[in-house]
This record gives sequence, structure tokens and C-alpha cells, in this order.
Amino acid sequence: MNDVVVSTQGLTRRFGENTAVNDLDLEIRTGQIYGFLGPNGCGKTTTMRMLTGLLTPSSGSISVLGQSMPKAAEPLKNEIGYMTQIFSYYRDLTVLENLRFAAEIYGISSKAASTRIDELLHTYELNENVHQLSGSMSGGQRQKLALAATVIHRPKLLFLDEPTSAVDPETRRTFWEQLFDLVDQGATMIVSTHFMDEAERCHRLAILQHGVKKADGSPRQLMDDLQADVVEVEGPELRKVKHELDGEPKILSTAQVGSRLRVLVDKSEPQPVEMLRAQLGAFPELSLTQQRPNLEDVFVSATRGPAS
Amino acid sequence: MTFAMVIMIPLIQLLLFGYAINTNLRHVPVALVDLSRSELSRTLSQLVQATQVVAVTEELSTPQEAERAITEARVRAALIIPPDVAYRVARSPSVGLGLPDATDQTSSRPVAHWIVDGSDTMVASAIKSLRTMPLTELLKLPQNRQVPTFEVTLYFNPEQRSAVNIVPGLVGVILTMTMILFTSAAIVRERERGNMEMLINTPIKSIELMVGKIIPYIFLGLIQVAIILGLGHVLFDVPINGGLGTLLVVTLLFIIASLSLGLVISTLAQNQLQSMQMTIFVLLPSILMSGFMFPFDGMPKPVQVIAQVLPATHFMDMIRGVVLRDASLFELRWDILWMTGFAVFGLVVATFRFKKRLG
Repeated sequence: MNDVVVSTQGLTRRFGENTAVNDLDLEIRTGQIYGFLGPNGCGKTTTMRMLTGLLTPSSGSISVLGQSMPKAAEPLKNEIGYMTQIFSYYRDLTVLENLRFAAEIYGISSKAASTRIDELLHTYELNENVHQLSGSMSGGQRQKLALAATVIHRPKLLFLDEPTSAVDPETRRTFWEQLFDLVDQGATMIVSTHFMDEAERCHRLAILQHGVKKADGSPRQLMDDLQADVVEVEGPELRKVKHELDGEPKILSTAQVGSRLRVLVDKSEPQPVEMLRAQLGAFPELSLTQQRPNLEDVFVSATRGPAS
Repeated sequence: MTFAMVIMIPLIQLLLFGYAINTNLRHVPVALVDLSRSELSRTLSQLVQATQVVAVTEELSTPQEAERAITEARVRAALIIPPDVAYRVARSPSVGLGLPDATDQTSSRPVAHWIVDGSDTMVASAIKSLRTMPLTELLKLPQNRQVPTFEVTLYFNPEQRSAVNIVPGLVGVILTMTMILFTSAAIVRERERGNMEMLINTPIKSIELMVGKIIPYIFLGLIQVAIILGLGHVLFDVPINGGLGTLLVVTLLFIIASLSLGLVISTLAQNQLQSMQMTIFVLLPSILMSGFMFPFDGMPKPVQVIAQVLPATHFMDMIRGVVLRDASLFELRWDILWMTGFAVFGLVVATFRFKKRLG
């Protein structure tokens, strides 16, 4: 069991009346990209801040790399990298200056630093921007710089808070390729996101809502375990169909995707397509087909219940 | 907090300054050198003190000691009563015993001698007002106002030019303003821009961060000092009597003390507006209470105690001491000690107040 990098028991953080993270149990193993998926304000950032020792939990225990947090926060800073949600390096410094600054803060000797910086500039394709002010770069380039600076000391554990929420899909793709390269080199990562395509790339996911873990597992496993069937309805007057179905028992959710309506039907219904057809008798020209669930369906069904 | 400061700052400052600022000088601290040690000399010094313009804070035995006391800024002036004071009083026209010949060397001699630190023109004129002080109470005779009772010698600024006193003081005011402002915004700004979240995730130590914030501004401060004193010398003919080494030590200490005060503010303020408000809260008394605009000696005792907390008050003393009176580091030791203590204390407080935590 010594390959567990991060584990928490009953982790709770309250801000006044508001409970941001509630009784969270996590177990994150080495060599994984572990995702926190959830809407804004669900406790992703608060959890990360507690795991990095920036916030003290109201109750519960945390163990990171075999040491107890937040007690071991200072010695662990050299093992951990944290990439914040907004770009937190200096916009009025160039790429090179920012990297040198990061190297110096982590106490890397100037000779080692210059080879490491060359390597990072190459890996993250920043060679052409070496002398550009980071404030004048595009969001994607800035994100690469932030990642380069965050991994400059080769951390074993990397926290990435919504790393690609401000970049285009192409950049997001290459960014994730780079993350997998880092995992290949032995790093473990904790990534928070509210994007399904990003969540789908993680090895394991925890779906959070109102600070509570609603589901936990690999994306495939979560989709397989979904307690609902997915039926796609195609045809005219989909808005009316949606209003007809909303609020009916056993209908977990409806969502229009282009010219189709995606309906989640509770698993307790043995014949979802037939049931729907019967319910939609007033709309004869609809075609109904059962579909494989995707991650969004998992997310919707996990977070639809009332806050507990 | 911002709103509380909007209310509290004018309130505190109105009360403080309204009470503190007094352009009528009273109880200027002076030394007494009584070479006569007679009943007459004691009566004379009591007469002088009865005017309430001056207060004798120490009694010295030689004029040389009195000069040292002035250079060390322990007193602003010294009254030297010569051994033959009785003879002088008897012959002095100011007591009204007839009118001797004006050309008579012995009879036209003043009764006693004031030596005055003339750098502050307000202090100097307060002492000068004693020059023709009547000695009527001594002999119960009508006065003769034409003849001065005392001889007054103005040291350091005999022409009584304000610039001589103001320019060195300006170094203090400008440094207070810029130095505190620079560092008071430093940590707050990083917090607002999000840099702080990155910094607290690195192994950097609080003290490293604090010292790192101070060092670059030290050089900016020294450049400012060079500009002010250099231009003051060229444009306003302000002499620089002291050694440059002493000047460097004194200004370096003040720069570091101001920067560390700014850092403390930075760890207290939640945003840049608050850090600005707090800077001004320090800046105003540094101008009005430090002795820059109004003589320190004219302020009530409790206000003087408060003003002593400010680095600017001690710096006014030190920079004027070095630039005008050629005071040595030893003569300024108490100010230097205090300033060093302030700088170290500020740095320690800022370091301990700065938390690598968010909540």
C-alpha cells in the first residue's frame, strides 16, 4: 500500500457557516492523473489548498507523500508543484526571467538551472518566446510557461487547478500530452476541471458537488456503473417534448444536444425506450434509440440530487 | 476596514495635530553655564526661566560642554553667565542706572551670552526675543529697551535662511513618502495579482521574501538622497558640513527603517487602497510632528512621546545633525540605536505576520 501518494479521511473545511469541503475521503495512487470534476464552488480549489498545506482543515486528516499535512507543508514544498488557476508568475518579467526566478526560489544551482531551463524551453516550445514579457503572450503560451516553471524542480506530486480553462482545444490537447509525459517520468497529478473532455483523460475521477464526493472511479467505470439508461429522442418539437418529460418520475434529466434530446431514465425502469414511447404518445413522429452513457451523463446523474 | 479607516484617520489626525501644533514656542530646552555661581546669577537664570520661553534642562560647567550639548541636540541653546556678571549688571544700561556713554567699552557689554543652534529659524527667533529682556525686576527700576541685555550668537545658520533647515528635513519627508509607499504596496500587490499563491507554494522563507523586497529600494532611496542634497547644495547653497560616511550610515538606517515599516503595513493591509491610507496615516505626522515644519520642542510632552515613535523624528535630528552641525555617529548614538531597533523590530514583525497560509 506504499504506492498511495495522497490519502484523506473525513476531510472537512468550513468558512464560517459555509462548508466548502465535507467529509471527503480520497486515495490517490502514484503514477495517476486524478481529476476533481465539479461545478464552480464545489470545493475543488479548497481541497487542493488543503492538500498543499495552504489551508488548515477544520477536521479530518491528510497524508501527502507519507507525511501528515499541514504539519509537513514546508519540507514538502520541494516535492510538490502547484499551478494556480490564474497565471501567478510575473507578467512584467520575460519567460527566461520567470524561469530563472523559479529556479532560484527552489534553490537550484545556477549551472543546473541553465541546463534545466534549456530543457524546459525545448519541451514546452517556448524557445521563440525566451525574451518576451509573459504578460504579452497568449493564454496558451502563458499556461505552458506556468507548467514549465511549476515542474522546474521535478516535483513528485503536481497540483493543477483548472489548467486549461482559458485555452483553445488544440493547446489543451498538447498540454495534456505533456502531462502524460510527466506521468511517464513518474509524477502523480491532481487536476481540477469542469470540462468533460478534460475529465475523460484522467485515470481516476472524483465528482464533487457542494464539497461532497458524489462518485469516484475511472471514467470508464463511472460510465459503466451509471444508475441510468440514456435514450436519445430525435424529431420535431423537441422543446415541447422536453417540457413534457421534465419532472416526471424516473426521468433523471433531459438535455437538448443539437437536433436530439438526451434523456436519462432511472435504471429501475426495465424498458426505458418503451416507457418513453408510451409517455410521448402525443408526439408520433419521434424516433427513440438507446445510447451508451458518456461522462456528462455520469456528471449530471451524480450531481442532480439535492445538496446533502 | 477601509470605511473604518476613512472615519478614523481624519478623526485621530485632527485631534493629534490640533493639540500638537503650536507655533508659539514655549520651554525650549537650554543649558545653563553659570561661571559666576553667585546669588545674582541664580536670580538672573530664574528671571530668564520665568519668561517660559526656555527651560533649563541641564547645568554645565564650561562653554565647550555647552557647544557639545548643542551639537548632540540635547539642548537648543545655552546661556553662559560670565564670572563678572555682577559688575556687568551694575554697569549695564539695560537696568536703567543712568545712561553711560555708548562708546564706553566696559559699560556697553551685555550681561550674559546666549549661544544658539540657529538651524531652525523659529527656535532662533524665540531665543532672540530674549535679547532685550528687561531686568527691571532685579532692581525695581524702569527699563531701557534700547540696549540689549544679552549677546546672542547663532551657530550653524547665522544668516537665518530657512532652506538650510528645510532641505535636510525634506530628505526625511521625501524618503518617508516614497520608501513606505514602495514596500507597503509590495506584498498586497502580489496578493492581488495572484503571485502570492505561487510564492507561498515554494520553499521560500518569510525572511528571504522580506529582505528581497527591501534590497532594491535601498538603492532607489540613496539615489533620492543624492538628488535632494546635491540640488539643495547647488540651488539653495545648503552646506554639507558633516562627513559623507556618517551621512551614508544615517540615511541607510532611515531607509531600511522606513522600508520595514512599509512591509509591516503591507502585511496589515488587505488591499492597495488600505496600504495607501496607512502610508498617509504615517506620512502626515512625519511631516507635521517630526520637527520638519514645526519645532519639536514646541509640542506638548505627550505628543513628543508619540512623535518619538516615528523614524522621521529621529531622522530629522540625525540628518540636520550631520549636515548642519557636523555631528559624529557617537553624538547621534541614541537616534542610531533607536533607528536600528526600529528597523530590526519592523522586519521581525513583518516576517512573523507574513503567513505562508491562506486561512
